[in-house]
Order: sequence, then structure tokens, then C-alpha cells
Amino acid sequence: MSRLATPVGAHDHSEGPADAPVTLVEYGDFECPYCGEAYPILKAVQRAMGDRLRFVFRHFPIVESHPHAGRAAEFAEAAGSAGRFWQAHDMLYEHQDALADASLRHYGAALGLDAEALQAAFDGRYDAHIRADFMGGVRSGVNGTPSLFINGVRYDGERDVASLVAAIHQAAGSRNI
Amino acid sequence: MSDTLATPLNTMRTTALAAGAAAPLFSLNATPNQTLSLSDLRGRPIILAFYPADWSPVCGDQMGLYNAILPEFHRFDAQLLGISVDGAWCHAAFAEQRHLHFPLLADFEPKGAVAQRYGVYRPQDGTTERALFVIDGEGIIRWSYVSPVGINPGADGILAALEALQPQATQGARS
Repeated sequence: MSRLATPVGAHDHSEGPADAPVTLVEYGDFECPYCGEAYPILKAVQRAMGDRLRFVFRHFPIVESHPHAGRAAEFAEAAGSAGRFWQAHDMLYEHQDALADASLRHYGAALGLDAEALQAAFDGRYDAHIRADFMGGVRSGVNGTPSLFINGVRYDGERDVASLVAAIHQAAGSRNI
Repeated sequence: MSDTLATPLNTMRTTALAAGAAAPLFSLNATPNQTLSLSDLRGRPIILAFYPADWSPVCGDQMGLYNAILPEFHRFDAQLLGISVDGAWCHAAFAEQRHLHFPLLADFEPKGAVAQRYGVYRPQDGTTERALFVIDGEGIIRWSYVSPVGINPGADGILAALEALQPQATQGARS
């Protein structure tokens, strides 16, 4: 059974309370169509769980397959340093068909990001962080994207809302024993 | 051949070779006109990754994942070899389309012969198991793992096995 090798911490992008009974970690690639399919499902899971769930996103760009995935991750990090990671995350998954540099610059302007800060991201300012996410994922048994971990254990079940909510409830229950 | 007559394929149990066994030598096509022999790579760790077929329909598939992790394998001076029963031309097209930067070996004729010697052929499917072997520089298998055929095993096990091959001096050898 594969387990999360890197504990969730202050370096992570997270939504929901830090003391939520369940933490769901996604290793994702902004250009991966399967991550795109999972995006609205995970939103629905978050709505269903409310404050009982903390959701964490970590980068796992597979750039040989997805030529825009690296830049998209850099864009998200630039937004993150301006406190807008999740707006960027949502914007990318809602526009997966347009992730070339010009589109990313356009999204940056829409989010009010500084153009120079975005350029610095494209020049590699956050690449160490992105690589650290990626390698932590490899060490955790990430085997493609999206890979999901519920309270540190890789989830290999069906990726529909009902299955995920059931698995999360189960994790919450077992934690309280 | 007489040995296959003695052990019909459809009754042969597949048991992957385990740690400690000598890695069976082979020479297979890596491109339509180049062969690669395991013995040519002696002296460095080898990661031998059997997989069922080229053109797996998932993204971030096993070979694509390993391609992305190549720099990490290279830190251990390890050479990754993908291997399936697909032919060399099929491998060439697959590697080009996925931008793979490591050899894909064609266990094509006689079909699956190398997989059989490693104990990872699936006669019922005509393909191989999804199986991983880490072979040390002396040609000894040091770790092997057979994943359920539908589940990409990831790379955490490979990296742990490569780490275990490293000299133990700094970790306090047992007296």
C-alpha cells in the first residue's frame, strides 16, 4: 500500500481547515485530461464534506506528454506567491484547451498578477518547489495523474463523487476510533 | 523446441524470478536495426520494466512516468529498459510519439521468450506481466515485483531498491 512520503505542511497549497479530520492530497498536472475530469468531481467532494475536509494540491507535471504543464505549474506558483493559488488552479482546469504562454499571460492579467513576477516564474523561480512536489510524489507511489491520497494512503478506487465521499467518511471514522 | 513441449505454455505457472537469482541474459532489438544485450550493460544497475503493451490508453502511463523520472534513475547510474512483446517498429512509433528517452526492447520473436525466462509471461493474454526487476552491476537480480496487470506500480519500489544497492559504508555496516 503506497503512502504519502512527504507530510502535508506549510509549504503546501491547501483549502479547508488544517485540523480537518481528513486530508485529501491530489498530485495533478494542469494539462492532463484525467485531472480535468477529476476537477469538478473534487469540487463536489469538497462541497459535500465542508469543514471536515482539507484539500491539498501538489504538482506532478508530466512535461514530455503535456508540453504546457510545466509552464502552467509555474503560473500557479506565481499566483500562489500573490495569494491567488486556488483562483489560478481553477482557472487552469477550466481552460485546459488554452494553456500556451499567451493564454497564461492573459490569465495572469485577469488575476491581477504582475507581468514581471509571472516572467520570473517562467524563468524558473519556483522550479525547485515544483520538482520537490514531483519527486515527493514519485517516492509516495504516484503512478500517473491524478493520484489521490486520503489521510496519507493512496486511493485506487473509482473517482466519482459518491465513491470518494464514502472513502473519506471511512477515513474520518477510522481516525476517531 | 523440446523444453516447451515438456512444459506446455498453458499449464506453466508464472513465478517471477526473485532477488538473488542471476538475471537471464538476452539480446533483443532496441530499434529495428540495433540489438541490445544485457551483458553489454554489466557494471551498472539495470531496471528491467516488463509491461503488457505499447499504446496504453492512459496518460501518465507507466513508461511516460518512468521517462519523467529518468534523471532520478541516472543519479544511481541506473539504465532503464522497457520490454514488451511488441515489435521494434511498434516500439519506435510509441517512443517517438511519447518522447521516450530510454530503450524499449522487443521480446517479439520467439514471442515472449525473455519474459518466460524471467517468469513473467502471461500465456492466456499473449503479453507479459507488469513486472519490475532491479539487477545489480554483477548481473544479479536484487529486487523484483509483479504488479496487478491493470495497476501501474509507480517508481517508489525501484528507487528504494536502487538505494539499497548503494555502498553501505556510510550507514554503519553490521559487525
